[in-house]
Amino acid sequence: MAKFNQSPKHPLDQLLQKNSLQLKNYLFPLRKNSMGQHNRVYTLKRSLFFKKTVIFFLWFFMICHCAFSQQKWISRGAYVTASIGDARILIPFLADDTSSSAICGLVYNGLTKVDRDLNIVPDLAERWEVTDDGLVIVFYLRKNVRWHDGVPFTAADVRFTFERILDPEVGCPYISGFTDIKDIRVIDDHTIRFEYNQPYAPALLKLGMGVIPKHLFKDVMDIRNSPYARAPVGTGPYRFIKWESGQYIVLKANPDYFEHVPGIKRYVYRIIPDQAVEFLELVSGGIDSMQLTPYQYRYRSDTPEFKQRINKYFYLAPSYTYIGYNLKDPILKDRKVRQALSYAINKKEIIDAVLLGLGEVSTGPFRRDSMYYDDSVSLYGYDPEKAASLLREAGLVDSDGDGILEKDGMEFKIKIVTNQGNQVREDVATIVQKQWADLGIKTEIQVVAWAAFLDQFVSKKNFQAVILGWALSIDPDCYFAWHSDSMREGGLNFISYSNKRVDGLIEEGRREFDTEKRREIYHEIHRLVAEDAPYTFLFSGYATPGINKRFKGIDPAPAGIGYNFIDWYVPKREARYKF
Amino acid sequence: MLIGISFILFVVMHFAPGDPTSVRYGLNPEVSASARESFNRLYGLDRPAIVQYGMWLRRFVFLDFGRSFIDNRPVISKIMSALPATLLLQVISLLIIFCVALPIGIISAVRRGSRFDRTMTVFVFIGYAMPTFWLALLLIFLFGFKLQWFPVSGMSPWYVEYIGAFEKVKDLLWHLVLPAFTTAFGGLAALSRYSRSSMIEALGQNYILTARAKGLPETRVIMVHALKNALLPIVTIMGLTLPGLISGSFIFETIFAWPGMGRLGYEAIMSYDYPVVMGVAVISTFLTLLGIFLSDVAYAVVDPRIRYEAHR
Repeated sequence: MAKFNQSPKHPLDQLLQKNSLQLKNYLFPLRKNSMGQHNRVYTLKRSLFFKKTVIFFLWFFMICHCAFSQQKWISRGAYVTASIGDARILIPFLADDTSSSAICGLVYNGLTKVDRDLNIVPDLAERWEVTDDGLVIVFYLRKNVRWHDGVPFTAADVRFTFERILDPEVGCPYISGFTDIKDIRVIDDHTIRFEYNQPYAPALLKLGMGVIPKHLFKDVMDIRNSPYARAPVGTGPYRFIKWESGQYIVLKANPDYFEHVPGIKRYVYRIIPDQAVEFLELVSGGIDSMQLTPYQYRYRSDTPEFKQRINKYFYLAPSYTYIGYNLKDPILKDRKVRQALSYAINKKEIIDAVLLGLGEVSTGPFRRDSMYYDDSVSLYGYDPEKAASLLREAGLVDSDGDGILEKDGMEFKIKIVTNQGNQVREDVATIVQKQWADLGIKTEIQVVAWAAFLDQFVSKKNFQAVILGWALSIDPDCYFAWHSDSMREGGLNFISYSNKRVDGLIEEGRREFDTEKRREIYHEIHRLVAEDAPYTFLFSGYATPGINKRFKGIDPAPAGIGYNFIDWYVPKREARYKF
Repeated sequence: MLIGISFILFVVMHFAPGDPTSVRYGLNPEVSASARESFNRLYGLDRPAIVQYGMWLRRFVFLDFGRSFIDNRPVISKIMSALPATLLLQVISLLIIFCVALPIGIISAVRRGSRFDRTMTVFVFIGYAMPTFWLALLLIFLFGFKLQWFPVSGMSPWYVEYIGAFEKVKDLLWHLVLPAFTTAFGGLAALSRYSRSSMIEALGQNYILTARAKGLPETRVIMVHALKNALLPIVTIMGLTLPGLISGSFIFETIFAWPGMGRLGYEAIMSYDYPVVMGVAVISTFLTLLGIFLSDVAYAVVDPRIRYEAHR
């Protein structure tokens, strides 16, 4: 015990004692190492002795308990994270914003999930079988799963969930990923069979959508208005406690979770709309984690307070930023011109200037760290000479000597359009403007508010070049942006890219369940698209979370950091909140 | 009046480029065009704007503001959960403004041209001219972050359930200090200048001369005879602050993570959440009208010269 008292104080506790008036009164930092200070309050030696004895025995019993019981995990402490936007609806297949999805991910489980290396692994299902023709998938479900209200989870819940998704009245935004389902049949309580109209390889990932409890939703006419849309009951590692609109959402560890009880007892999601304030909260301890901006990551984290309390992590974000060219444009429809424009851009310089180095060059439409991304594609390194010669080949020359290229007497002018409110894209536009100007291309930039940008430019295909980004799913299927069918009204192939070979490969990739074969298919798509240069693929940025040092077990991987959240824990002496 | 304003607002909203669905799902690869259409149908967005307005109006007659496109909650409950936060903050800052600005105004008027007067003039105009978001961030940085005297942001902490009722109130006040002070600082100028000028005017009146001639002590002359008359225009200003009390401030609420009306309205506008925008606008309009009405009534009550012909 004496030794315990002498142990060096953890900086967080020092901080807590010294500064946080508001915390001191009603938070209960475990007093283990602040006992010395606490003791001063006690004037009677006996009471002190008594207290110490009690604590000692409690401690002793706990150690015994831990040592001899089977249970490995104890949940402790609280994890407070923050986001700029509030959640909207806590039903997995209606959640369409990051906040709602984050909460749903902790409260609900799907049949499948994704592990640290982006492999699809069982979650509520124990295993599955796919028939050779790829048309039927049979899931064998876990048998020890209960909903948070104690009702056992069965195959009927799964069927109910996917029936709701397919019901057009429900208005699930992700319905297109499920429309190939022909039949859902419950074989027994723990076996369910999905039959598809045609083989659909992304199905396994799509069927990882969170499953909702039939017994609570079956009588609800409008799922969106159900009370469970704001107070969810799931099977996941965390149970819902409270949602205070615009302020915070609180979850608690589910002691009966089928994997093991989560290491952290409370999960708190705070809404802090201003990023600068969020940062101050992080450093002062009001929150435990946030996504840092590149500037905060590089420069604001240099203070002793930050270094003492916060660990920085980084991993590749599943997205990329690109310049998209309108292939209907009279000049840009020439592949050589687009290739030249790509060669003329120094991506490294852009990453260094705009992301402060926190990103990696991207050359194709897939996740940079997935196996579908073809690392051998090394097109379009910065090469102004090659760009110039390609432009000459395309018939663009500076015939009147004013420094600007012409074709058939017309000056070569490009207007880049991008949306307001995204500083990264605006900065990229400025740098590209300069880099293209060096080649004699006159570039104009127009920054438009998001709604108008979509309405007037993107959906009307009324642009020459746009700077945008795509968030990428774990499945490499890229029908939405690259198949010529997506050129239609409402599709996202707004640059009008059409390549018969790519169309064929995309369709093949959707049908193929074998990952080896899929890898080849998508590598080829990557090469073909890169060669056609309909986009200049710029970069994939890093996600850069900052997390309080008292959390252990964090293991950044291709899947990010959240995939093993239930394995995170706070060492007992560092726990800040006691429940 | 309400109908006119709501109609104009509706038209303006629908003329703005973009629509709720495209703002929400515009470039989401997981959301197909048909899913977007069914979303439109779900919320009646596929009908002509004028029909949508008609539907809105019909519900509005029964005081039904509809449901938010964003989270499907009834608009009225969204407003009712945001309103108390804004009201609390604004009422407290208004109290601060009154307690500080009135004395400043009075003293400045009495000692016109003195060093105090000049200092205060500069002080209140600094408050008026300073960009409020900057001041807010500065205060948060100094008092919330460096000194840790006050919480950095938020209204109530998430562990609010685990603390006693008394501590809850104390905690709320604690969270209120910085936002209330920031809001008040910017508002000092108007009231102190108004009260100063109307006080100066009152002090120049003949009845003050009379009062002094009667041999009344100077404090009584100032605090009773002059102040009573000088306060009259202030009543009008009071009435005009009411809509501000309700609509809150987007800037403060965002910086202090305060869950109030300013944020609600702003977020609704940004996401084209028509029902919420309409709801917030109608309620603010209503309260503005109410505020003007109340200040007229109050005026009549305090000023005997204005009586709406009740007597013969």
